[in-house]
Amino acid sequence: MTIEPLSPLYAVAGGLLIGTAAALLLLLSGRIAGVSGLAAAVARISGGTPWLQAASFLLALPLGALIASVALRDPQIELTSSVPLLAAAGLLVGFGTRLGSGCTSGHGVCGMARLSPRSLAATACFMALGFATVFLARHILGWAA
Amino acid sequence: MSRLLAALAAGLLFGAGLALSDMINPARVLAFLDVAGNWDPTLAFVMAGALLPSAAGYWLARRMKQPVLADEFSIPSNRGIDAPLLLGAALFGIGWGLVGFCPGPAVAALGFGLWQAWLFVAAMLAGMFGHRLYQQFFLRQAAP
Repeated sequence: MTIEPLSPLYAVAGGLLIGTAAALLLLLSGRIAGVSGLAAAVARISGGTPWLQAASFLLALPLGALIASVALRDPQIELTSSVPLLAAAGLLVGFGTRLGSGCTSGHGVCGMARLSPRSLAATACFMALGFATVFLARHILGWAA
Repeated sequence: MSRLLAALAAGLLFGAGLALSDMINPARVLAFLDVAGNWDPTLAFVMAGALLPSAAGYWLARRMKQPVLADEFSIPSNRGIDAPLLLGAALFGIGWGLVGFCPGPAVAALGFGLWQAWLFVAAMLAGMFGHRLYQQFFLRQAAP
């Protein structure tokens, strides 16, 4: 369960790009860069951002990641979870982000930046459960992943 | 058209940031969530870096009548902390901790040829669809 340390410079630079993207979408189009909401809009599960705008953003997301991995730093994607675990986690993330109206981007990056009480509470809540889940899985149940 | 380009540019920057900061790597995210193990601070640096320009953007937005390319800001005005918000965030947190993917990185990882990322995103959309069914069921129950 060890991972090569990453220079904080990469972390802060990546964060600045993410925050700039959120500010850009807000100041130009007046929209929140919340990926769960945009994904739901593209799948026509909810309204909100117009379909073409949401689809452009979601299509550009992996494209931007690929460009950065070629031009700046090649990320290593280590994902060893089993099929049932991936499916269960995906279902929980999908259902939970709709019920809770957002995820790490909408509540975390956008909501906390405007000091929304709802987003602060939601972020504290999913962070706490994230910590608790990993603790339970790795240190109580002894799962490898 | 200009709003499409804005969305495209924002998506490109967002995806580049996720890859550069290694947030696209679930192992990196799990290492942050593993406080009792070999803790990795990367996610905290990423969040701090992201909040600076994002907060500046929201600060600026409050001083603008309207966005550059649209008629109005579409920012949620709901401020009440209720049970669905906390329960939803809790379920999301559990799913996040199980695999290390949240929606942004999962979608950004789709271009790297990993079927696991596709499976996760498919399950995520199924979960979102499940929420809509659940909502419709309860709306029907509440109707006279």
